[in-house]
Amino acid sequence: MNKVVENADIAVQNVKDGSVLMLGGFGLCGIPENSIAALVRKGVKNLTCISNNAGVDDFGIGLMLQKKQVKKMISSYVGENAEFERQLLSGELEVELIPQGTLAERCRATGAGIPAFYTPAGAGTEVAEGKETRVFNGKTYLLEHAFDSDFAIVKAWKGDTDGNLIFKATARNFNPLMAMAGKITIAEVEELVEPGELDANEIHVPGIFVNVIFKGVDYEKRIEQLTVSQ
Amino acid sequence: MLTKQQIAQRIAKELKDGYYVNLGIGVPTLVANYIPDGMNVTLQSENGLLGMGPFPHKENVDADLINAGKQTVTTLPGSSFFDSSTSFGMIRSGRVDLTVLGAMEVNDRGDIANWKIPGKMVKGMGGAMDLVASAKNIIVAMMHTNKAGESKLLKECSLPITGLNCVKKVVTNLCVLDVTDRGFELKELAPGVTVEMVREATEGRLVVEGDIPVMTFV
Repeated sequence: MNKVVENADIAVQNVKDGSVLMLGGFGLCGIPENSIAALVRKGVKNLTCISNNAGVDDFGIGLMLQKKQVKKMISSYVGENAEFERQLLSGELEVELIPQGTLAERCRATGAGIPAFYTPAGAGTEVAEGKETRVFNGKTYLLEHAFDSDFAIVKAWKGDTDGNLIFKATARNFNPLMAMAGKITIAEVEELVEPGELDANEIHVPGIFVNVIFKGVDYEKRIEQLTVSQ
Repeated sequence: MLTKQQIAQRIAKELKDGYYVNLGIGVPTLVANYIPDGMNVTLQSENGLLGMGPFPHKENVDADLINAGKQTVTTLPGSSFFDSSTSFGMIRSGRVDLTVLGAMEVNDRGDIANWKIPGKMVKGMGGAMDLVASAKNIIVAMMHTNKAGESKLLKECSLPITGLNCVKKVVTNLCVLDVTDRGFELKELAPGVTVEMVREATEGRLVVEGDIPVMTFV
């Protein structure tokens, strides 16, 4: 089966109005830039986006928010995006804020075939409202569920045409977990090579999880907080 | 009264050789500047880095290498990268020895509120709820009062809470307090601060026993 497509526009062609997407990245680090640009060009609407953050006003998922393509965001932290806050306070956008570790584990559970699990994060807080709880060894845990997402869209450093992926530094973050969790997983990579060119010892996500792969172009890799030593 | 830097410097006295430490955004981040020479402390950044190094020189900036505050950072010999699930695995399973967080409010049972102001601020909890639900040793670094001069050390938190009964110690611009079954136990005073000033600025149960020493930094 050929997984390789020419570009981002082809990779996201089956995303529809109302699709549920997982988008990798932490802040602007390791986000699928090419695929987001293609989704903006395609103009699909009413999307639900599961992603740790919502980008900034003019980059990342912020670009889709500007075009009012997002109906609901499921994130852990959205503090860097003024347009997001405006749409949220005006009621145009739904948001579900969940603890970052719970978000990661819900992604992992999805890809691991586990429907639900118990975690202590959020016990006794607003996050616990309406959730089943159970006490283990005297401590209260919440029952959290796997996601049901149509597409996972991730960014890797290197990939091969079989879909094997390797991530770089902290651009790994949610990408491997989401790659495992999509009904359809789309991976964009900086370097696309032939099978055998990546060391099997170093592969982070085996190709079985990846349905579509393409070589991204013109990565901007914008930095949110450039901080240097003098 | 302490500056933010001095609050960080005082918290650094709680570090021990071999500790794995997670520092929150803001004043907690400054604690890294005061790790004693020769002490081996490993910083965990929950976006997926263990062994966080200093900020890079301009020519070594890498957009793919950031900390949980989205700042560019570096690695050190022995650093490792991992995905977000592994990162919170370390946190939930109790491998992190010390967590330092900022807070909007803390109550005298150790509940903390630091993620939301209803109707005003919608940012989210990030990793804070996972950290406070599991860390065995949580120190809060914050100002004793808010900008309106109201106490942040309360009987009950007025803001949505981040976690229950989790804060062990609070270091403010006025003093060091341990959180125990009896409430906030005053342990040390900042230079120039009196017990009366702490009483005035603390709404929650305050326990003052014996002579309270003035804090030192080394």
